[in-house]
Amino acid sequence: MQPPQQQETSQPLVRLSGMGVERDGRWLVRGVDLSISAGEIVTLIGPNGSGKSTTARTAIGILKPSEGTVVQRPGLRVGYVPQKLAIDWTLPLTVRRLMTLTRSHSKDEIHAALDAVGASHLADAQVQALSGGEFQRALLARAMLGKPDLLVLDEPVQGVDFSGEIALYELIGRIRNETGCGILLISHDLHVVMAATDTVVCLNGHVCCRGTPKTVASSPEYMRLFGARAEGALALYRHSHDHTHLPDGRVVHEDGSITDHCHPHDGHHHHHDHHDHAHHAGSAPHAG
Amino acid sequence: MLDDFFTRAIIAGIGLAITAGPLGCFIVWRRMAYFGDTMAHSALLGIALAFLLEINLTIGVFIIAVFVSLALMALQRRGGLSADALLGILSHSTLALGLVIIAFMSWVRVDLMSFLFGDILAVSKTDIASIWIGGAAVLGTLAWLWRPLLASTVSDEIAQAEGMSPERTRVIFMLLMALVIAIAMKLVGVLLITSLMIIPAATARRLAVTPEQMAVIASILGALAVAGGLFGSLKFDTPSGPSIVVAALVLFLVSMIAYGGRGQTERQAS
Repeated sequence: MQPPQQQETSQPLVRLSGMGVERDGRWLVRGVDLSISAGEIVTLIGPNGSGKSTTARTAIGILKPSEGTVVQRPGLRVGYVPQKLAIDWTLPLTVRRLMTLTRSHSKDEIHAALDAVGASHLADAQVQALSGGEFQRALLARAMLGKPDLLVLDEPVQGVDFSGEIALYELIGRIRNETGCGILLISHDLHVVMAATDTVVCLNGHVCCRGTPKTVASSPEYMRLFGARAEGALALYRHSHDHTHLPDGRVVHEDGSITDHCHPHDGHHHHHDHHDHAHHAGSAPHAG
Repeated sequence: MLDDFFTRAIIAGIGLAITAGPLGCFIVWRRMAYFGDTMAHSALLGIALAFLLEINLTIGVFIIAVFVSLALMALQRRGGLSADALLGILSHSTLALGLVIIAFMSWVRVDLMSFLFGDILAVSKTDIASIWIGGAAVLGTLAWLWRPLLASTVSDEIAQAEGMSPERTRVIFMLLMALVIAIAMKLVGVLLITSLMIIPAATARRLAVTPEQMAVIASILGALAVAGGLFGSLKFDTPSGPSIVVAALVLFLVSMIAYGGRGQTERQAS
């Protein structure tokens, strides 16, 4: 559960309370309580159609919540990397020009940002000619150039190979450490998340569970599977659901009862056995 | 110098082409060609209503074009029919409605051909003034709107998330389109207006590396098409409006042959 009056001193960048979005009589997501503070990394996971993108897009004002509230810190600067972005061939756009899409930046800043994502050699390339991974990195460079307070990355590792995924997570961790911005990360992977994540929130039309990830380092099998380099960047998230979802959307609870929804306060949920909080990748020697 | 009808036509046409180039780029990038066509076709309804209410033609065309684009936005938001089908309905029904209303007004003598295909050789000094002043206003607004408009063309969501208002940007852009259509209507006619915006922009694509370059090149190519078309129409005694469009098409074909089919974008290592 959300720690209540904890952030009296430092206001969170954005806070969602009981947030729900309805489309055509269907709830895409409902009852989401979530807040992101400066320097915090929150990872949203969940199956397709579980409302991850909807939640993120509501948090940054692209969508209006149908119920509940979304409160942004006044003057919040957002950097956004959407999940899908198809740029029409008719629009000539170099990577360099993409960098100044929403704000102007100096040549040095642009060079530094492209350098940070390892894409400075692509500065003069047309964006339509980039591979999936190159385009993702260019979009990340663009988003971080605006010096955002909150960086929202919707599946940033899609189309990126495994070593690229590790490198990208290391980079995201570095951005957080250097700028102190809050990061909302969406991942399609239900079990492997970015190690530096402070909070994992598992969605399935509602918040199924939340917790902290367990570093790969403590699990020998996964060490073998992912290699030593993954140790600093990736982590496992073990789910402790007290319910499962039926194909028709109904919910089977631990006690065997079946309901239409699974709202946190309907009495079927038990207090989560939180995951091991001891290991954090922040202290991992492999970062950077 | 302005006493010569041909010089007046050239000056008016080039003024229009310079304005239409950058606007046409956005129409191509945002895939709004058919949308522009619909607004242009509705101009005939604007003309009919202007005659009926005895108001200025340009103002009548502008008002109807704005009305049609707002109606379209509202209908799209309601869901149901696809944007494509809605455009088809509005495009042709406004054109037909305009023709029917004009036919009813037996007391006004209207040269329908000049409204459908334009009569650039008949432009007056006042027309030239309205084209250049209106064009400057359109380009000035477009320059001011450039960054948010380009950002929302790439991604409405990024623009919205990063503090812009794509909805407002879109409305202003549609007002600009309506204004250009109202200005251009006399020169090339309601059936050919969008071609003057789209063909030079499409031609410029292969010659440009950035959006800004493409906008400037589109203006230049449009001006070339106007000059070429007008001289052609003088030489071969062909209708001026269609000749301009044919000249624009020739430039487009030349660029396509010179730069290949889809235009392979080369990646340059720096």
